[in-house]
Amino acid sequence: MSTSDSATTTGTPPAPPGVASRGISLHPASSIPATAPAPTRHPKVEVRRLSFFYGKFKALHDIDLDIHDRQITAFIGPSGCGKSTLLRTLNRIYELYPGQRATGQVLLGGRNLLDRADDVNLLRARVGMVFQKPTPFPMSVRDNISFGVGLYERLSRSEMDERVQWALEKAALWSEVKDKLRQDGTALSGGQQQRLCIARAVAVKPEVLLLDEPASALDPISTQKIEQLLSELRQDYTIAIVTHNMQQAARVSDYTAFMYLGRIVEFGDTKTMFTKPTHQQTEEYITGRFG
Amino acid sequence: MSLQQHTSQDFEAELELVRQRLFAMGRHVGDVLDQAARAMSTHDTELANRIILGDDETDSMELEIDHMCLETLARRQPVADDLRLLTSAMKLVIELERIGDLGVSVAARVVELASEPELTPPDDLVRMLTTAREMLAEALGALETENVERATRAIAKDDVVDGYYTQIFNDVLSRMREDPDNIFRATRIQAISKYIERVGDHATNVAERVIFILTGEEIRHLPRVRRSDVS
Repeated sequence: MSTSDSATTTGTPPAPPGVASRGISLHPASSIPATAPAPTRHPKVEVRRLSFFYGKFKALHDIDLDIHDRQITAFIGPSGCGKSTLLRTLNRIYELYPGQRATGQVLLGGRNLLDRADDVNLLRARVGMVFQKPTPFPMSVRDNISFGVGLYERLSRSEMDERVQWALEKAALWSEVKDKLRQDGTALSGGQQQRLCIARAVAVKPEVLLLDEPASALDPISTQKIEQLLSELRQDYTIAIVTHNMQQAARVSDYTAFMYLGRIVEFGDTKTMFTKPTHQQTEEYITGRFG
Repeated sequence: MSLQQHTSQDFEAELELVRQRLFAMGRHVGDVLDQAARAMSTHDTELANRIILGDDETDSMELEIDHMCLETLARRQPVADDLRLLTSAMKLVIELERIGDLGVSVAARVVELASEPELTPPDDLVRMLTTAREMLAEALGALETENVERATRAIAKDDVVDGYYTQIFNDVLSRMREDPDNIFRATRIQAISKYIERVGDHATNVAERVIFILTGEEIRHLPRVRRSDVS
């Protein structure tokens, strides 16, 4: 378990709050007992001294973090803090863009995902990703699912049908589209499209699911469906989610990491983070006093 | 508690209003106790009756603050220290309302005793009530000044209040043994001392809740030796 587990910090966190300067006889934040000990969990992804560069700009600074197996970890923080960058590093999607590079290690099952010798396509089968805006392929609902599966597995038609149904059931979409499998995926509602994208990611049976603001463009009911879906998917998958919605992080995640200026200021179990955060900066951010 | 203000000035104002109304209710309940002490020491039945009739104001303040907290919780979904303040405020008003009720009960016994010859001077009862009143002021002052040590001092004073209670209880017991004619007055005095002892307990609860607001530390039901760690 890394030092970042149990609400400690990585990088250089801001100094503890200056409560003494207000004449308050509180403990300095550093002496408040750390957040309640996290349940003992096997780390699925171990991030070690991870730095990330957009050209010469260093966007992540020596991140150390454990992402726990079959738990939901939320990344929160103000725009530009590096949370989406961190997420994008976990399946090397940044390689699509020139000038972007990562150093350090992202270990999954003991293998460093950043090792360029490993096939990036196989990596993305193990670490799936869902984006902020629903991105269904311009093809049928069924083909949206089967397309990705076909890249990695040779299945008979009946096997593929079973896989499509399984993935759509996992994404809580089957009952809504079972009679529309040949309909264009882009014709679904926004919430359905996003669940289709989750089904597409789940269909290749990844070990880790990354979600970058998956519900930010959805109405409240669709958002609730996505959140309920995440809760159910947690039984089988390790999930990391970036969200600007503090309440969403509080609702859906088991662990929360608060990031600022490319560093993790605080990482701990979500219940403690939202009732008694350790760091003043975390408290100011989640209570809306930041900046 | 943070030095920074919320980005939303409306939210900042709502939280500040809750705090200010809480302090106002605390001052009001403190006034009730002060008046009860004065009515007791001067046998002033008119003042005692005014205390009894004035209880509605305490009740309406409780409801007002409770609703304010409920609305802010619903609309703002607060977290961390804001959440601790609002959920605790909803508990604090219950404690304050009960303290107000106990002040009224003291006043009612004062009215009952007014037509009787004095059994004992009420000096110890007044001192006991003054101590309990100080506990309340210290506990709410701790919140106002964000000073945990003041809340801890308030809690420590409960032993003094309990000491008075034991002393007064033993005294009225002796009086009852001496002469059955003393029983009516002695039981009233014993009841008053019990009310004040309960004021001390509620003030202790207020102080414990204030410590939770300020630090996130939950000291309710902790052994006393561990409570002192908080300060």
